[in-house]
Amino acid sequence: MENNVIVSLDGVSVAFDGEEVLSDFSLDIHDEEFVTLLGPSGCGKTTTLRVIGGFLIPNSGRVFFNGKDITDMPPHKREVNTVFQRYALFPHLNVFENIAFGLRLKKVPDPEIKIQVSKMLDLVGLQGFEGRKVTSMSGGQQQRVAIARALVNRPRILLLDEPLGALDLKLRKEMQIELKRIQQSLNITFIYVTHDQEEALTMSDTIVVMNNGVIHQIGSPVDIYNEPKNAFVAEFIGESNILPGIMVKDFLVSAAGIEFTCVDSGFKLKEQVDIVIRPEDIKLVEPAKGQISGIVKSVVFKGVHYEMVVEQAGYEWLVHSTSFEHEGTQVGMRIGPNEIHIMTHTERVEVYD
Amino acid sequence: MTKVKNGSKIYIASALTFLYVPILVLIFFSFNKSKSRNLFTGFTLNWYKQLLHNDLVLNALGVTLVIAAISSICATVLGTAAAVGIQSMKKLPRLAIMNVTYIPVINPEIVTGVSMLLMFTTLRYFLNFEMGFSTLVIAHITFNLPYVILSVNPKLRQLDSSIYDAALDLGCSPRQAFFKVVFPQIMPGITTGFLMALTYSIDDFVISYFTSGTSQTLSIAIYAMTRRKVSPEINALSTLLFTVILLILLVMNLKDIKSNKKGERK
Amino acid sequence: MIKTRIVSLPYLVWMAIFIVAPLVMVCFYAFTTPDGALTFDNLSGLGRYMPVFTRSIWLAAIATVICLVLAFPLAFIISRMSESKQSMMLLFLLLPMWMNFLLRTYAWMSLLENNGLINRLLGLVHLGPFQMINTQGAVVLGMVYNYLPFMILPLYSVMTKIDNSIIEAAEDLGAGRLGVISRVLVPLSMPGITTGIIMVFVPSISTFIISRMLGGGDTLLVGDLIEMQFLGNAYNPHLGSAMALVLMVLVLLFMSLTGTSSDEEMEDMLI
Repeated sequence: MENNVIVSLDGVSVAFDGEEVLSDFSLDIHDEEFVTLLGPSGCGKTTTLRVIGGFLIPNSGRVFFNGKDITDMPPHKREVNTVFQRYALFPHLNVFENIAFGLRLKKVPDPEIKIQVSKMLDLVGLQGFEGRKVTSMSGGQQQRVAIARALVNRPRILLLDEPLGALDLKLRKEMQIELKRIQQSLNITFIYVTHDQEEALTMSDTIVVMNNGVIHQIGSPVDIYNEPKNAFVAEFIGESNILPGIMVKDFLVSAAGIEFTCVDSGFKLKEQVDIVIRPEDIKLVEPAKGQISGIVKSVVFKGVHYEMVVEQAGYEWLVHSTSFEHEGTQVGMRIGPNEIHIMTHTERVEVYD
Repeated sequence: MTKVKNGSKIYIASALTFLYVPILVLIFFSFNKSKSRNLFTGFTLNWYKQLLHNDLVLNALGVTLVIAAISSICATVLGTAAAVGIQSMKKLPRLAIMNVTYIPVINPEIVTGVSMLLMFTTLRYFLNFEMGFSTLVIAHITFNLPYVILSVNPKLRQLDSSIYDAALDLGCSPRQAFFKVVFPQIMPGITTGFLMALTYSIDDFVISYFTSGTSQTLSIAIYAMTRRKVSPEINALSTLLFTVILLILLVMNLKDIKSNKKGERK
Repeated sequence: MIKTRIVSLPYLVWMAIFIVAPLVMVCFYAFTTPDGALTFDNLSGLGRYMPVFTRSIWLAAIATVICLVLAFPLAFIISRMSESKQSMMLLFLLLPMWMNFLLRTYAWMSLLENNGLINRLLGLVHLGPFQMINTQGAVVLGMVYNYLPFMILPLYSVMTKIDNSIIEAAEDLGAGRLGVISRVLVPLSMPGITTGIIMVFVPSISTFIISRMLGGGDTLLVGDLIEMQFLGNAYNPHLGSAMALVLMVLVLLFMSLTGTSSDEEMEDMLI
């Protein structure tokens, strides 16, 4: 599904009070895709969204929409609509008038507005709520009104700024599926901002991992999870064990005092690398049968699995396992070649949320 | 516990007595036949009749209402625009301007009155005008402005800035966004400011006293009457004013109670 | 955004002409003679009026303290009532304030007179008559009566935000009634207390109506002096400006002593 590029940022830099939030940021977003900008708070993801929405004019760089330069175009002239972080519904208008707001500005005739609004209410599952005051609605309902209000204008792109942040866990999961469904039924581009990696993995076609105003990796959820490009991405997306290692030769890496066969090649001999191993990819076996063995330091029950810390030669391995081991037990660990991801060594980046 | 409650009741009752007795006495003697302010000799409505034929008082009432209306409307428009503009300024100029805005609120009224008197007498060297209606209007606008700004400001601060963004996003020009979205949100503040300006203007004596020249507002007429200390007309006037205020407040509160009930039903 | 700032321009011009410039003129007059020559005589000549200044400060201070003592329990009692009762009580307490200030003061005139209602009632039980009108006491009473609501309102608005559980927690931790008041209520009400003090003290120290109507000729206050320099027989706007300047400085000094008020506090005490 290789679609046309619909939005493209070219060398965009934004600074607030001399502090650079986006630096030389370039990104192409394809039509009809669900793209997620993922990163810790302060990474510049909301700023990127505001640049696309037209609320911020970048200090340098250009923004293109369908190949046309829209860098200086004010927000009300863009074919882009936004779902704001805390919904930003108009408290003085009821549900119907909130959704009709954009259409009224375009002087759409009344009967047409009625049809459009009720279509939107259908889409977000709020039939019959037309006359309600928005201030008397629950967070989830307000959320749906905000989405309907934006979508009724038939934008080419919908920008969503952490729209689920204020909802509780269960509602959030429901809305994730709902949003994906809406996006697929309308065939428009969604650009979604979140710091929640699970949310990003669930909904996106493409994830853009950002930190400190630069892009660390762009890829599908599966790529990003399985093949993180660097320690920051690995650590930000899911839990992982990251160990320093040295390439002995192609397909052989040494880490934690042991040599592992792997599937990576093309590194220099004796090159310093980072090794990423996901905790669920480590199999616990009898001590003698493992490649390495260690002592269980702690066990926490997590519902589906046990989360254990296993100490071995000064390293603390994070292991997810469905079988239970007592603290202090000696266990062996097996790691298949496919489960070892090798990345060029980077400075450790502080991950915060 | 009950002891405390009874104590509270007695305390509040005595406070209310202290506040109301003088006014009730004043009202009571408005119906007194003789001119005595403390010996009731019989019931009459004569003083009300006299009052309603007192051109001086009626004129003053007219002047007061007209000045209150003009000055509070002007102050509301100027002040709302000012609040919106000030809100979008950087911190330092904003603080500086707000400090100047507070001056008429903080300064003793007599200082404000005297300073404006000096200003007007100086301006009269250059411009040809009489101290009177026009200077009163200017003075009233001036001391009303801060109240409008101070009641609009909190509404502007509470305003979710993304609501303005949302309006732009949905196709409003900045001007449309202000009138369609921001304005309705700060409307309660504007109304409060307007009502405050109106009451302060009607009630003002000190500043009017220094800037009125040849005009007489109701407060100034009352002042003149109290200096003469003779006619119970002044009691009649008090009674009428008190009744009007009572009625206005009652109506406003009934409305409140009604809208509260409506809200509960929803 | 640049456009938005412009809309405050008319206001800024207005304030410059009718607030800032007049105050500059007060300073200018205070330091000049009628011929326009620079002089310090106006200010140094104020020494003669020292007794009036000290009396004004003294009476305003007494009135402020009385208001605080009266209003504190009142505000607290109201703040503990049910919500609907609170607004009704507040309305009752503030209603007299809506009455014209001069008429309220006039009411006390007829009560306090030598053959006024109070003396008459006292006469029935063979007391008095007492000299009440034209005393400093009457002036303080007038101030308290007129400005008490200014103390109640800010106190009430901070106290209504104090949760009952905070008071209960203090009791739970061993505070008696005095302990609750001194360790919890007063500190938490501090913003309201300072606002109330300012709102009572400033109009009290600068009044000229209350002293004129209830104080007779002997209890001259600063306000009376200033008024006489501008509209009275003593006509001398230069001396009057010097007095106004000193009064302004006194008020500013007093306000800086009670602590600066922030934007929010200013709005609180108004609405």
